[in-house]
Amino acid sequence: MDKPPVIAVAGLRKFFPIRRGLLNRRVGDVRAVDGVSFSIAGGETLGLVGESGCGKSTVGRAVLRLIEPSAGTIAINGKDITTASKQEMRALRRQMQIVFQDPFSSLNPRIKAGDIVGEPLKVHGVGRRDEREARVAQLFERVGLRAAQMNNYPHQFSGGQRQRVSIARALALDPGFIVADEPVSALDVSIQAQVINLLMDLQRERGLSYLFISHNLAVVEHIAHRVAVMYLGRIVEYADKVALFAKPLHPYTEALLAAVPLPDPALKRVKHRVEGDVPSPIDPPSGCHFHPRCPYAEARCRSEAPVLRDVGAGRLVACHLR
Amino acid sequence: MAPVLEVSGLNTVFHTRRGLVRAVQDVSFSVEAGETLAIVGESGCGKTITALSLMRLIPQPPGEIVSGSVKVDGTDLLRLDDRTMRQMRGGKIAMIFQEPMTALNPLMTVGKQIAEMVMLHDGLPKAAAKNRAVEMLQMVRIPEPARRAKEYPHQMSGGMRQRAMIAMALACKPKVLVADEPTTALDVTIQAQILDLIGDLQREFGTAVLLITHDLGVVAETAQRVVVMYAGRKVEEGSVSDLFARPLHPYLRGLLGSIPRLGSARGLALSPDERLREIPGMVPALSDLPPGCAFAPRCAQADAKCHAQIPPFEAKQANHFAACWQA
Amino acid sequence: MSDIGYYARRYPLGVAGAIIMTLFVLAAIFAGVVAPLDPFTTNAKASLAGPSGVYWMGADMMGRDVLSRLIHGARVSLAVALGATMIGSGVGAAVGLACGYVGGWFDLLVQRVTEIMQALPLLVMALVITASLGPSLRNTIIAIAIPLIPTVARVIRSNVLSLRELPFVEAARATGMSEWRVAIVHVLPNTLAPLIVLATAQLGSTILTEASLSFLGLGVPEPYPSWGRMLSESAAEYVRTAPWLVIYPGLAISLIVFGSNLMGDALRDALDPRQRD
Repeated sequence: MDKPPVIAVAGLRKFFPIRRGLLNRRVGDVRAVDGVSFSIAGGETLGLVGESGCGKSTVGRAVLRLIEPSAGTIAINGKDITTASKQEMRALRRQMQIVFQDPFSSLNPRIKAGDIVGEPLKVHGVGRRDEREARVAQLFERVGLRAAQMNNYPHQFSGGQRQRVSIARALALDPGFIVADEPVSALDVSIQAQVINLLMDLQRERGLSYLFISHNLAVVEHIAHRVAVMYLGRIVEYADKVALFAKPLHPYTEALLAAVPLPDPALKRVKHRVEGDVPSPIDPPSGCHFHPRCPYAEARCRSEAPVLRDVGAGRLVACHLR
Repeated sequence: MAPVLEVSGLNTVFHTRRGLVRAVQDVSFSVEAGETLAIVGESGCGKTITALSLMRLIPQPPGEIVSGSVKVDGTDLLRLDDRTMRQMRGGKIAMIFQEPMTALNPLMTVGKQIAEMVMLHDGLPKAAAKNRAVEMLQMVRIPEPARRAKEYPHQMSGGMRQRAMIAMALACKPKVLVADEPTTALDVTIQAQILDLIGDLQREFGTAVLLITHDLGVVAETAQRVVVMYAGRKVEEGSVSDLFARPLHPYLRGLLGSIPRLGSARGLALSPDERLREIPGMVPALSDLPPGCAFAPRCAQADAKCHAQIPPFEAKQANHFAACWQA
Repeated sequence: MSDIGYYARRYPLGVAGAIIMTLFVLAAIFAGVVAPLDPFTTNAKASLAGPSGVYWMGADMMGRDVLSRLIHGARVSLAVALGATMIGSGVGAAVGLACGYVGGWFDLLVQRVTEIMQALPLLVMALVITASLGPSLRNTIIAIAIPLIPTVARVIRSNVLSLRELPFVEAARATGMSEWRVAIVHVLPNTLAPLIVLATAQLGSTILTEASLSFLGLGVPEPYPSWGRMLSESAAEYVRTAPWLVIYPGLAISLIVFGSNLMGDALRDALDPRQRD
């Protein structure tokens, strides 16, 4: 890709302090995100996958500075936003938006859908009242809702429709970059396809860049161009979608793919399962975080953390053995 | 072989402010020993209400099981008095839930909860029941079972809790296990472990498993037979291979077409510009069902008859049933 | 007009509560017109007269008409109840919102102060405040309002803390809204339901506190009639000989507390758009 990245993240860290006792002393950290770097080009989707507690949602929020990163730099269209003041940040928010997982709690129950979608326009003083209304009506039609539904409250919509309202709100300011945090996970199977298609159509139309966060590997394989796999706060594999799904290199990616149940009973797969639970990010295992569950682990994996290194064709893997 | 669980003509309704809601309409199926039958469908299709009806755990009111029978080893659960039903629950038919945290008592150690079950149903003395609890925890592959038995549910991870709940459900060797979305709240790698575990224990005990799920992948990997439900009714039933290879009902065909599949490794993946096939519209509200086939408003093949009359559930091929005028 | 019919069918109890409250409010506003007699005129001949055509609810020791005194007393009770509840809830909500938003040492400090305040019973605190400020209508209102603040502040604070984490608040922040506007537009309205329930529940208890203060001689001073003082003056001495002196003020207090609670419950439901369909 020759175009400059819409978003470039380098060395992103987010530690949540654990405080105990009367004096709220800091006794340790939850290393939710521990040195994550990636970039997304215009019109590209980066899929960020991993299991619960791996830090993928924290990355999504830290990238938008909805939570303050502990370290690292984030550049949107070449401009470093990590040093932007609160004031500057508010203006910069026009360029980046977010769509959440839960279609119920992501809309204020007391505000009409039309006002929810129009709110970003109002905040940034875009147009006059009637112009804003026309724009909201347009957005409603675009995401597959009727303009007449602008007067409805969120509870009058189904889960899929609410997610459309959320998407319309995210599009209102015409941002170039959208974080989609598990946008279809809470939806019924037959509705998921509608929302995925909508997101992909919008991307083609407007050249949007997505950071698509999901635990559903099949959805990510469908929507993403490149994929980053996270485990306990670190990216363990970062590759082109086709390459990654065709031949995962990191043992964790391999285990993840092997664990997904496939809707094809004729397929008889060799089952190789990883044992054990995901360890706590408060006290992650030494060396490679995955070594206690890894079937191939050697002595080196227990002591030395592998770095994410290029194994050719822009593919990155953090594993001593690959 | 005679089926262990035989459900016929089950009808469950809810009396709500908006009127009568028919959550389960005329549902029948049977499960043999050692077999897994999956009920699939989306939220509001009646699959969970069916499971709760079997256990007689429907809150009454507003719910009511209007008619039908649920036979476990020939005994109709719907005709039992409450006392005998309590004996059956956990003893002959057990259930595991999506969120084990809500199903386990937070104030009692896991070992004690299992021991209580065993004392209640098998009449074992306390010491023997405790040993049995540890044995069960070991059987569900919880490491250090003796220590874990002394832990409270909140001290365990989600996967561990689900194992503990399975241990409790199977402690009295029930004939039937009803598993309602047992892995939906879990991560994929843990889901795979739990599904393997249920399968292994089922083979060992010969338990009949009724698996309630929305995940077609889980169905394909674990079930032998499948019932597809839509808006409170069965719309298709057959062996897992028939259903996935030759889906008859447009709803199932739509569902199978709409899910993205993991397939780069198999050369199956769609090209990046290819759209998923959508099922238009949304699931109708149970309080406001169309007069004919409930799926007709979303169905591309629907004609006048579909909109007017409810299609009968009948055999379309050998051992493959569907409720569709067009199939 | 169809709206009234709609609410009457939807919330019959709430409408009943509203009617009770309206009657009291009207009685208080038009006390001079409605009251059959002057509440301050004494009449030695009518001392402790029972209910009759002239004195519908009887007369007190000094021969003053009980009904007229009750009607005029509604002014005091309502002024104290509404004033104290509004001041207490308003300040409490502001403090709670600030705590939930600012956090840090400010929150810590306010939390400790409210805990100390809550350790004292409402009445005891009101007693201390009136005793130091001196009895007057204004001071009674202040004395009852201040102890309400910690309860309201704590409820609003915990509500704000949970609301702040909700995705729709995060989404508002993501659009570039200022924290201040997020608080006013998204957080505050969603704390309205618990605030209203709390306020109406306290409307009742403020009336009771006022009555108690007056009962103890620290409330609104003579000659203004106060339900609490009417009760206190007569309870011990005349409960057997002239029970109307106890029954009617007691009934008035019970009725207004009952009415405000009914109205509060219905208001909470009616204000929630999820309940409308």
